[in-house]
Amino acid sequence: MKYVALVYNNPGAFEALSHGERDELMRDADAYLKEFTESGELLSGGVALADPSTGKTVRVRNGVPAITDGPFAEAKEQLAGYYVLDVESLERATEIVTHDPAARFWAVEVRPIMDTAGGEM
Amino acid sequence: MTTRLGAGVEDLLRQLAPQVLGTLVRRYGHFDLCEDAVQEALLAASVQWPDQGVPENPRAWLITVASRRLMDALRSDTARRRREETAAAQVPSDELHAPGPGDELAPEDADTLTLLFLCAHPALSPASQLALTLRAVGGLTTAEIARAFLVPEATIAQRISRAKQSIKASGIPFSLPPQPEREDRLRVVLHVLYLIFNEGYTATSGPDLQRSELTAEAIRLTRELLRLLPDDGEVAGLLALMLLTDARRATRTRHDGSLVPLAEQDRDRWNHDAIEEGLALVTDALSRAPVGPYQLQAAIAAVHAEATHADDTDWPQILALYELLNRISPNPMITLNQAVAVAMVRGPQAGLDLLSTLDEDDRIGSHHRLEAVRAHLLEMTGDQAAARLSYRAAARRTTSLPERRYLEDRAARLMDADP
Repeated sequence: MKYVALVYNNPGAFEALSHGERDELMRDADAYLKEFTESGELLSGGVALADPSTGKTVRVRNGVPAITDGPFAEAKEQLAGYYVLDVESLERATEIVTHDPAARFWAVEVRPIMDTAGGEM
Repeated sequence: MTTRLGAGVEDLLRQLAPQVLGTLVRRYGHFDLCEDAVQEALLAASVQWPDQGVPENPRAWLITVASRRLMDALRSDTARRRREETAAAQVPSDELHAPGPGDELAPEDADTLTLLFLCAHPALSPASQLALTLRAVGGLTTAEIARAFLVPEATIAQRISRAKQSIKASGIPFSLPPQPEREDRLRVVLHVLYLIFNEGYTATSGPDLQRSELTAEAIRLTRELLRLLPDDGEVAGLLALMLLTDARRATRTRHDGSLVPLAEQDRDRWNHDAIEEGLALVTDALSRAPVGPYQLQAAIAAVHAEATHADDTDWPQILALYELLNRISPNPMITLNQAVAVAMVRGPQAGLDLLSTLDEDDRIGSHHRLEAVRAHLLEMTGDQAAARLSYRAAARRTTSLPERRYLEDRAARLMDADP
């Protein structure tokens, strides 16, 4: 069963950290990724996202595209990155994510990924 | 020189893979290194044979090439080599153990059986057991396994390497498990094969076509296991269950990927050869072996298979089988299916009463299938409003797109039926 771990933080969250905290976060994040990639549970292909201000939002209404500057800056929490876990249960997924330093500093949401296959009903 | 070519080569290689690996491990020890060496030999053969023809003794060819690769690997580290050679000299080629099922087998067959036990060792995680079984016994490449499980190749490589480390670290010998524990260990082997089958069975169309190859591979390996252990009723039961379930594959989904429930499937399009084989297997197993959960599940699938129309289904017999199954291996998923049979025999309210006993069960209380079955039974009672709510709740809980679509359609159908 696949789960996506969505890392949320506040705008400017990273800048708000002290130099020591930032080092600690980077170091622990590397160790975390290594440990659970090697256990065959964390899939390669996780990404960190650039600041929302560098992106755009696209909406098409009545066939007319409207492209606006990235998500609103006043948003309290924003998506900062994600990665995918392939494990037996949601319990195992959340257990792994408790080791993610991002969960210590901010919050990580764990959601099941929909399967394109289905069981017999 | 040439005996088979093309697709035949692949079948031949997959058949020989566990035999070659077994021979190497018995000769030299070091399961982990031998497994890599055999993969390399298989790869070399898959490139050379279709082009240059299959050698006269393909098994000997593979053993020679794999042994050479193994020696290269051992030589690559001098310090390690010394250690390895000492250890290799100490590995007895055939360990003594109490005789039991499987002991009278030819060496290459005993090797295949031993490998199945090794790959399904309880010290390994289930994900590792599946990946290692498919590679070491099934002869699949890491890339093929990764495609089937829809995960990156690196992840499968990690799982296999982790599994091999565990085997090495725990010093598990390359021999059949001793008799007192062999029965329990065989249950784990069967469970691994069952999980491989299920992983493939849920997927049949579109981008997931690769996964359905897992179904064929699980059937092939279980068939091989039955050849090695013909007297075990549960091995026969599992093969029968797979065949009888897989017989419905073509009718389970429409072209657009939407699901067709059992009652609405076009039974003429079921695979009748597979049904015939499954029926014969389960009938024979039940008549001579102690009854077990796979035989009972196969027997239930057989009753469905024998009904020409959904309306002809012998529900009292299915109910009796579920009751027996729940007695010998109690499990909330069985109770859930039993509730359907209860509803068909004693009416939907009786089925709903049985379902309500599962509401507080942590293992299944929040499972979408509980809500989906409840919705179905509520629909049978005629309580459309309650059925609609249950279908919607089930649709929110499922993590499968086709299931969500099916459940939402059922809810919408009830809405349309409203005056």
